[in-house]
Amino acid sequence: MSDPIIRIERMRKDYVIGSETVRALRGVDLRVERNEYVAIMGPSGSGKSTLMNLIGCLDTPSAGEYWLNSQAVAGKDDDELAHIRNREIGFVFQTFNLLPRATSLHNVELPLVYGGVPSRERRQRAETMLEKVGLGDRMKHKPSELSGGQRQRVAIARALINSPAILLADEPTGNLDSQTGNEIMALFDELHAIGQTIILVTHEHDIAERAHRTVTLRDGIIASDIVGGTVGYARAASSASDLTAAGA
Amino acid sequence: MLLREGVVLALNQIRAQKLKSFFAVLGVIIGVMFLITVVSVVEGMNKYMEEDFARKIYGLNTLTLTRRPNMDFSSDPDVWRTYQRRPRLTFKDADALRAELDYPALVAVESGAGGTLRSDRGVEVTNVQFTGASADFFRIRDLDIERGRGFTGPEDRAGVPVVVLGSEAADKLFGALDPLGRVVKIGNDPFRVIGVLKKQGSLFGFSMDNRAIAPSHSAMGRIVNPRGVVDNILVRPVDPENIESVKLGMQAVMRVRNQLRPMEQDNFSIETAEESLGFWKRIQKILLIAFPGLVSIALVVGGIVIMNIMLVSVTERTREIGLRKALGARRQDIHIQVLVESATLSLMGAVIGIILGLIGANIVAAVSPLPAAIAPVWIVASVVMGGGVGIVAGLYPAAKAAKLDPVVALRAE
Repeated sequence: MSDPIIRIERMRKDYVIGSETVRALRGVDLRVERNEYVAIMGPSGSGKSTLMNLIGCLDTPSAGEYWLNSQAVAGKDDDELAHIRNREIGFVFQTFNLLPRATSLHNVELPLVYGGVPSRERRQRAETMLEKVGLGDRMKHKPSELSGGQRQRVAIARALINSPAILLADEPTGNLDSQTGNEIMALFDELHAIGQTIILVTHEHDIAERAHRTVTLRDGIIASDIVGGTVGYARAASSASDLTAAGA
Repeated sequence: MLLREGVVLALNQIRAQKLKSFFAVLGVIIGVMFLITVVSVVEGMNKYMEEDFARKIYGLNTLTLTRRPNMDFSSDPDVWRTYQRRPRLTFKDADALRAELDYPALVAVESGAGGTLRSDRGVEVTNVQFTGASADFFRIRDLDIERGRGFTGPEDRAGVPVVVLGSEAADKLFGALDPLGRVVKIGNDPFRVIGVLKKQGSLFGFSMDNRAIAPSHSAMGRIVNPRGVVDNILVRPVDPENIESVKLGMQAVMRVRNQLRPMEQDNFSIETAEESLGFWKRIQKILLIAFPGLVSIALVVGGIVIMNIMLVSVTERTREIGLRKALGARRQDIHIQVLVESATLSLMGAVIGIILGLIGANIVAAVSPLPAAIAPVWIVASVVMGGGVGIVAGLYPAAKAAKLDPVVALRAE
């Protein structure tokens, strides 16, 4: 079996707020294989967002290990993380997060700018990507001239431009009506069908159901991990001690 | 990130917020504008003083012997009393210099006064500069005759009533008519016009062409000075190399003539064009030190304003910065972006300031007798200062932006 695309072991994350320490993640183990479509669920305060930030290399864990596409991420500095984000992760946000004054084309080009790709090539790749998400006729439009669904498509094109190891989507349909939301989810299905690994953070069950695996967090640990309706690799209530025991 | 990318971004940002950007750089604009205006005027005056003024007043390579210095801005009344007690210069002094100098030199007397000139047709021209001079005056002063001729040595010694007019005086008196051979009157004394000078231009707004030059021994001599007395004695060595030796010779001759004892100070002055600029050089030095000093205060204030605007801009764009970081921008990318934006903003201010400053200098030159000359060095200096102010002002906001935590920044509203 090839290496998993994500391998997280005994990951912990503590936040110090004033004199209190908040233990947002209390030992998470997670493996995601290539071309999996995983939904991460959980009530607010469960550590869902923290896990997403850590998977997205926006933050570093307090303890534990994280391999993304076979690279060890824990302990990397800011600039190394920026490079990993640029290459390996495609973000899709609830609020789209497009640059308001830039055209669709320029928004999609942005990761390539930071990847040091020459402008001619940037442009070509961005045009191709916008055509793939069905916005070939909206390249010169600014976000304010686009509908919500179109904006999210621009954001998806931007996320995919560097052929990332994982597409990391945070409530991608949260700001869309249900029909547009379905269209976006259909696009995710297509992407998954052609081999894209997708991690979807959501609190909506019908959205999560489109994924093939659902990981549910509660109080900073994985409460359940269900693949196609059966218990998955990580098992419910997995903990570091369980794993160590299993390994021994 | 490429620098070009940063500049494009900065220009977009500035274009999106024109008014805010304008106010942000107002300090820089005003600072640079005043700098360029003042420096252009000072530079213009400098050029003028060196090239025009000194030459027109003193002539090139010419020693001017006077009772008291022409250029002395001393306010000490004792000094002025000393000058008043000095003997006046005479024709005899000039004759003695002519006879006793060791090096070949042209020697001429010059006396001046202002007055009214009247043509035979009854046209009057006022405020004419009258000069009673020796024949060599024209050669010493490099005065070219446009039409006719200057007067000769014999004519001067005989006091023949002939006159050479400045171009403006000639125009006003005779218009399109040929002035040569016509008679003009100064008071009741008639003079026959034998020549017209080439146009000289103006000095501090005063025309150098509204003048009349007649032999020093003619009636003009009496009009401009008491009998036997002259204002200046001009000495121009044939070989400019000898100017210092000739100056020492003049001093020796005059000390003997004035019967000065060895320890006594000279009771006359000998000036050259170069020396006469000394006072101006002092003024210039003060201007060129004081004004950039004041301007740099304006630039510091301008820089602080830019820094504040950039801080606001960074805060407003926290989320955008978070996004850029999420998409792979490193600290230095964000750092450079903010610095480039700040420098671009400030540079644009400097460029606007330079343009306004040049316009200002030209306005000053147009409405006042002060000339203006563009000083390329100062334009380059302004651009460098503008960019520098922008970069320095951007340092803190850039560091702040670069340090933003992407998780926190993305959550910002």
